[in-house]
Amino acid sequence: MEQSEVVQLEHHENKNEVRNVTIVLTVLTLIELGLGFAMMKMTPGSFGVMASKITIIVLMLAKAYYIVGYFMHLKHEVRNLIMTIIVPLALFIWFIAAFLYDGNSFRNLRNNNDRHFKEQSEIKVEKKEHKSGSHNDATHKEEVKPAVHQ
Amino acid sequence: MSTATTAQPKWWNGGKSPFNVEYGKLMMWYFLMSDAFTFGAFLIAYGTVRFSTNGWPDPNEVFQSFPGLGDGLPLMFVSLMTFILIISSVTMVLAVKAGHENNKQKVVTNLIWTIIGGAAFLGCQAWEWSHLHHAGAWWGRIDTSATSHFLNADGSMPSTNFSNFFFTITGFHGFHVLSGVVINIVMLIMTLNDTFEKRGHYLMIEKAGLYWHFVDLVWVFVFTCFYLI
Repeated sequence: MEQSEVVQLEHHENKNEVRNVTIVLTVLTLIELGLGFAMMKMTPGSFGVMASKITIIVLMLAKAYYIVGYFMHLKHEVRNLIMTIIVPLALFIWFIAAFLYDGNSFRNLRNNNDRHFKEQSEIKVEKKEHKSGSHNDATHKEEVKPAVHQ
Repeated sequence: MSTATTAQPKWWNGGKSPFNVEYGKLMMWYFLMSDAFTFGAFLIAYGTVRFSTNGWPDPNEVFQSFPGLGDGLPLMFVSLMTFILIISSVTMVLAVKAGHENNKQKVVTNLIWTIIGGAAFLGCQAWEWSHLHHAGAWWGRIDTSATSHFLNADGSMPSTNFSNFFFTITGFHGFHVLSGVVINIVMLIMTLNDTFEKRGHYLMIEKAGLYWHFVDLVWVFVFTCFYLI
């Protein structure tokens, strides 16, 4: 009697849980996509773009939490098991911060000390409007060569 | 040795699984952790190179096609792919749940839907690759002409870093989707052959489920890094 009650409770909790988590994931994805569309109208590099990107990253982490916690059932596992997964993954915080900082530093150092590198990014390719529809590589291919450096 | 307290759990005499979890399930979790670090390393390498470069292609210029509907539809196709994978994850959760209820028919139905979802995703990814290839991108190659979709957002010449990272990371992910679909097909065959009925539990489906959710999770990160930010 008692056991079936427990099973019943678990079953009920799971029944809505799947639906609810699915809805949450869908909503989070739609918000991310909405921000993606909104960013297209914003000036590149502006505060709006930065804020949107950070929000998207936060939403992405929220989705990860729901998928791992509920779909992969980790939230319902023994606490120490959760820890053996989450604690090593916390290494990622340092991993990401350190490498992005390093990449950025590399860019700054090159821009300041490598004239060729800086100038490469300043040569703009003359953009030609692309006709919409199917592509045919053979028809229009104009090679644009950057100016030769002394 | 001690004859005193019976409240002490017997840790070392067997019969108790660490974390109350089956060995195979624990090992699957630790494998997924290692795979997470592999994918993480790839994505962080991508981020590092991107941060170290002045110009980078605009994803809304590169990824703007939809099969059958032509160009000018940024984010549409990748939204469809993401949706397909999320739904296939949901059907996988339902398959695992059906396994807990020992409902063989429901397990079969949901596994079939999951396999279809995975195969559809692979088809979509194949189309995306083919389309980008025809537009002039591949490992070691990127269209640098004046009409290229791949021109950097700041107008400068794109480098093959973009295409190399894109095909490598989405390829590695696609490989995981493929192996996941194969595993799910094997699960389906085993279910149909009553392997789990005879065992008395569907724990194997749960392990396959963990792998499949991991594949979905990685896509969440890959899609965000390449298409959104």
